[in-house]
Amino acid sequence: MAYELPTLPYDRSALEPKISASTLDFHYGKHHAAYVTNFNNLVKDTPLDSLSLEEVIKTTYNDASKVGVFNNAAQAWNHTFYWNGIKPNGGGEPTGPLADKIVADFGSFDAFKTAFKQAGATQFGSGWAWLVLDNGTLKVTKTGNADNPIAHDQIPLLTMDVWEHAYYLDYQNRRPDYIDTFIESLINWDFVAEKFAAAHA
Amino acid sequence: MGKFLNALFIFCVCCGIVLLSGARAIATPFDLPDLPYSYNALEPHIDAETMQIHHDKHHAAYVNNLNKALEKYPAQQNKTLTELLSNLDQVPEDIRSAVRNNAGGHYNHSLFWTAMSPKGGGQPTGKLAEAINKSFGSFEKFQQAFEAGGASRFGSGWVWLVKVKSGDKPGVLTVTTTPNQDAPLSEGTPILGNDVWEHAYYLKYRNRRPEYLKAWWNVVNWPEISRRFAAAD
Repeated sequence: MAYELPTLPYDRSALEPKISASTLDFHYGKHHAAYVTNFNNLVKDTPLDSLSLEEVIKTTYNDASKVGVFNNAAQAWNHTFYWNGIKPNGGGEPTGPLADKIVADFGSFDAFKTAFKQAGATQFGSGWAWLVLDNGTLKVTKTGNADNPIAHDQIPLLTMDVWEHAYYLDYQNRRPDYIDTFIESLINWDFVAEKFAAAHA
Repeated sequence: MGKFLNALFIFCVCCGIVLLSGARAIATPFDLPDLPYSYNALEPHIDAETMQIHHDKHHAAYVNNLNKALEKYPAQQNKTLTELLSNLDQVPEDIRSAVRNNAGGHYNHSLFWTAMSPKGGGQPTGKLAEAINKSFGSFEKFQQAFEAGGASRFGSGWVWLVKVKSGDKPGVLTVTTTPNQDAPLSEGTPILGNDVWEHAYYLKYRNRRPEYLKAWWNVVNWPEISRRFAAAD
């Protein structure tokens, strides 16, 4: 059963000027689409075809013979999660139980922001920065290439793509500028709060 | 009086230069090499904007970060890039990954700029051509292997033509890839490398990495690669 590229939750120009329509044309229309196509081609007529992306990610992690499947499944998942974690006029601060938990586990919202910025800036080469629940504790992590917290028994709540294709057309080498914009005016805290609530349900 | 002031001025300027360059040599063991051609020299295959950011920002950052990492370890500052990269276990642990990434970035990019030329392209000749034919079957087959390597390197990295360490296979060439800024020094001597980090091609080729890999042959500086082949043991 072929996995379908999910619809982008907003217009391709909706994040302008923070992320350009041109970046979304390529990032969603080419990169994300290619991961989905590659994934479908790789699992076609195999037992993996009947599994969810999450199950494929867990099953194929660290299996040298399934690196291609893992990379494409994880990248298909990561990108959908990334699109949902941002929105036009995002940013601001979380409220309610999530805000309390951030203060409890990081000390303050600013301390979280600093840790998230640091993770994104120091992921060398392609990869992702994450806010995850790890055994009930909020943590900021970073992963290389396609790697994903699900493979490490963590619950992802938010991700930021730091592959160069995510920001190069708009920010070139200035990854820290992209990261600041992401944190200050793109994060969809409602989505993060929803994931946080679901993790406790 | 005018002459005296002129002479004094020139004297002071010279002292300033000596002081500055002296201070620079102490503070920065590694320097960003100039590009051996202008930013737009490789157009239309590689655009001027890409070259400028790639050299002046990305490569410069590797050099700066390497120097910064080595600041508190004077003994490490006298090592060459290949000494650092071939013996990472002898680099203090707290700067090991910074050295691996940034010395690697400096080494790889320094090899990269000089592997290209506005008068590049065509095919190698002489001993290098013979070695390529012997190792891959033909120049076209080598190109296919190199392009396939570059296309399949997932995420950031490099594709290389390496002269295998002498011993049982003297003069043999192989194509290999490395992630991020790792240099392929354990396999032999890299004589040609293409950068497949997205920053190397994204402004012009976007997601079409294979197209970039194909266009890149137009700028390969084969006389320089032949020289490296001959110099490698």
